[in-house]
Amino acid sequence: MAEELALTIKDFKSENEVRWCPGCGDHAILNAIQKAMASLNIAHKDYAVISGIGCSSRFPYYMSTYGFHTIHGRAAAVASGVKCANPNLCVWEITGDGDALAIGGNHFIHLIRRNIDINVILFNNKIYGLTKGQYSPTSDRGFVTKTSPYGTVEDPFVPGQLVLGARGTFFARSVDNNIKLSQEIFEEAAKHKGASVVEVLQNCMIYNNGIHAAITDPKMKKEHQLMLKHGEPMIFGENEDKGLVLECGRLKVVKIGEDGVTRDDILVHDVTEPNGFVHQLLINMALPDFPVAMGVIRAVPGPSYDEAMVAQIEEVKSTAKIKCVDDLLTSGNTWVVE
Amino acid sequence: MSKETKVIELEEVAIRFSGDSGDGMQLTGTLFSDASALIGNDISTFPDYPSEIRAPQGTVGGVSGFQVQFGTRRVTTPGDYAHVLVAMNPAAVKANAPFMRPGGTIIYDQDSFTEKNFQKAKFSTDNPFEELQLDDYFKIPVPITTLTREALKDFGLDNKSILRSKNMFALGLVSWMFDRPMDYMESFIQNKFKKKPAVVEANLKVLRSGWNYGMNMQHMTPRYIVHPAAIEHGTYRNINGNLATAWGLLAAAEKANLELFLGSYPITPATEVLQALSARKDLGVKTFQAEDEIAGISTTIGAAFAGDLAVTSTSGPGLALKSEALGLSVMAELPLVLVNVQRGGPSTGLPTKTEQSDLLQALYGRNGESPVVVLAASTPSDCFHYAFHAAKIALERMVPVILMTDGFLGNGSEPWRIPKMADMPTITPRIAKNAETYKPYARDEETLSREWAYPGMDGFQHRIGGLEKDLMGNVSHDPENHQKMVEIRAEKVKRVVDMVPELEVCGEQEGDLLVVSWGGTFGHMESAVREMRSLDHKIGLAHFNYINPLPANVHEVFSRFKKIIVCELNMGQFAAYLRDKEPDFKYEQFNKVKGLPFTVHELCEKFEQLLEE
Repeated sequence: MAEELALTIKDFKSENEVRWCPGCGDHAILNAIQKAMASLNIAHKDYAVISGIGCSSRFPYYMSTYGFHTIHGRAAAVASGVKCANPNLCVWEITGDGDALAIGGNHFIHLIRRNIDINVILFNNKIYGLTKGQYSPTSDRGFVTKTSPYGTVEDPFVPGQLVLGARGTFFARSVDNNIKLSQEIFEEAAKHKGASVVEVLQNCMIYNNGIHAAITDPKMKKEHQLMLKHGEPMIFGENEDKGLVLECGRLKVVKIGEDGVTRDDILVHDVTEPNGFVHQLLINMALPDFPVAMGVIRAVPGPSYDEAMVAQIEEVKSTAKIKCVDDLLTSGNTWVVE
Repeated sequence: MSKETKVIELEEVAIRFSGDSGDGMQLTGTLFSDASALIGNDISTFPDYPSEIRAPQGTVGGVSGFQVQFGTRRVTTPGDYAHVLVAMNPAAVKANAPFMRPGGTIIYDQDSFTEKNFQKAKFSTDNPFEELQLDDYFKIPVPITTLTREALKDFGLDNKSILRSKNMFALGLVSWMFDRPMDYMESFIQNKFKKKPAVVEANLKVLRSGWNYGMNMQHMTPRYIVHPAAIEHGTYRNINGNLATAWGLLAAAEKANLELFLGSYPITPATEVLQALSARKDLGVKTFQAEDEIAGISTTIGAAFAGDLAVTSTSGPGLALKSEALGLSVMAELPLVLVNVQRGGPSTGLPTKTEQSDLLQALYGRNGESPVVVLAASTPSDCFHYAFHAAKIALERMVPVILMTDGFLGNGSEPWRIPKMADMPTITPRIAKNAETYKPYARDEETLSREWAYPGMDGFQHRIGGLEKDLMGNVSHDPENHQKMVEIRAEKVKRVVDMVPELEVCGEQEGDLLVVSWGGTFGHMESAVREMRSLDHKIGLAHFNYINPLPANVHEVFSRFKKIIVCELNMGQFAAYLRDKEPDFKYEQFNKVKGLPFTVHELCEKFEQLLEE
């Protein structure tokens, strides 16, 4: 282990004034990421924060690290290039539901498929905020916005489903108002070797206020959120007496102490299970029938693109006859004209 | 053996090999060309193939051709018209008749001249030569299929494998006619199929059978002698434009002491650049086959931000898709090379055919005021030089550079005198040195280029982006600042002119007609101007490799001629650009958009006409 760097959150704040709307969930996420970075013991110079376009994508300007505010939808691809150019970097992609899942959908799934070691923080407020209130690919069917005055006639993406479908190795979920949870998850995401996707349910005060309120309401939090922890039973509820069991391939909410159910009957969370079946069920859980799953849902080991790329180059180099460009130019069929 | 052979001595000969796309004509042509170069002929090649991988057998649409010209003097084009056509079926005769020199020689597989194949090639009679008015041509019918089958009768091969060796018979026969050394081809075959000894034996047998057939039938096959060319001494190799481009980028990375990153998506005819660099893990190249064209350039921008020599390669439709991201590299002022191997457009257009119609897209095809440096290579081998220089300009001036090549250059090949890396110019990337004073958009007074600091460099942490920015890289909506930044980005590109060599004129330095051209047409232009000068015309050629910025002396050069004609494989894009940049002159135009290179003949005809007016 390298020497402790003793960085603090202050080391990650930039001199730029933060210009998100007062009360925007983004402030809390910024705070959580800065805390996570300070505690990761990674050199400040080795952080790179890459974003696309959208409210959340102003993020790099509020960080003191290397940062790149790119173009709409392309942050995943730019970040991939950064990581390949220098695999030693700790690369973060800051994106939103429109940026990652609409215009940048292709790059999003391919980043996950390749399993490049990048931490993708997906701010999901289910609305286009920067363009002032149009529905997004995560808006629910029937949602009324400026571009859907009669309600949308399409179903939303569930980000975690996409991650699993693209063979993701890491998926976690947090809410903007739980900075402690977000920080823990961001640290886990950074430590994971491969593509880590963290969906943060984020509130837009102006165009979609309260969209996640049923989940995030502090009074209902224990009933409506299931805090997942690896190796622990999936228990929730005000009195920690509710849990999940698997029955006929479906999740079911049961009450401990009723119908002979004991703590031992409750499903135990395993983030490392390669088969994504239970992870998928957890991702899909929605109110009112189920609590919403929070925490690290999936974290399975797998070969990362950047490591494999470096290893392949090293392997080929070790036995190569061509060591420099002069060798290359004179290789194969050549002839001399005297 | 005393049979009489007709021996013809020629200064240059063009041969066209043609057959079904599955007949192996590209390999046959390549082997023949390499063998010609090895014995000291200068050569120039041009593959001409359909975009369908396997179009219906026997149809004109499925014909794949490969033309090579070789000679005793410098050869600058694959030849307008072929002296000799090798045709594996009637469709090949039909597809290639327009590219034959009047009275040329046609060697064809007489076994393929059947009713069924006439129908497939849509002949209405059973005499294709008469129908195509090729009566005056010298025709050599050879039962290639039968003889190949005969040669392989003891090999126990299936019918498909036997038919696949037909091209070797043709190669052997033509090699005899032109006295090409067989050892090169033999060792190639031994190498290529070294894991399949039976295939090696079969191919060698058929190759030798073809050669022997020529020798035994001397009375009917003429023999040609083309002496070696007098060329500069040195070590040579054959190289095509795409490979030369890839290797030029490698050379630049080595000189700049940077790692090379290529983000790209396969697209005809640029794919070989990606393939060639993917093969170079031994030199540490990082190639990233992206999910689409946009990711191709976006990963490249990321790699440029993070300190690599970053390159993306594409062709016209891909350039269109990359436009927005290219604008980001203009705004962020990152060093980046974009290689555009042009093809026929618009839209999907003619993927396998050559054209120069992406010029205005390269110059202007982005939102906002978005100037980039634009270079164009002019021969297959000088793609190496211009790829190297594109990278040098990008790295030393912190600016995106577009290198234009085209399908003709990319696929065409010629002998190339191999340079030594020690003789190549230095490349000094503008890597920031002083963290105390570093400002992301502080500029060099002379060149206006900023300094490059990338993640991992301690103390230089900063933010950049696609929004208009100030000196520190922070967002600025200040009207005065935007005006200033737009002007600076334009001026920075203009000042690249000090890295651009002066425009040189080939031929007459002043006179009646200045022929102006750019990019991949150079070989044909030079041949045409040479031919015109041999007829005592006062004509010169100004061929452009640097499009933006233009060389500093353009006005002076143009002033020395009475007339100017701009020749290009589009509808007049460079002419329009020159009218804007150098408005004091009248520009005649000669344009062609047939997916084919110019012919020297049509160029000379146009020049004659203009000189007579």
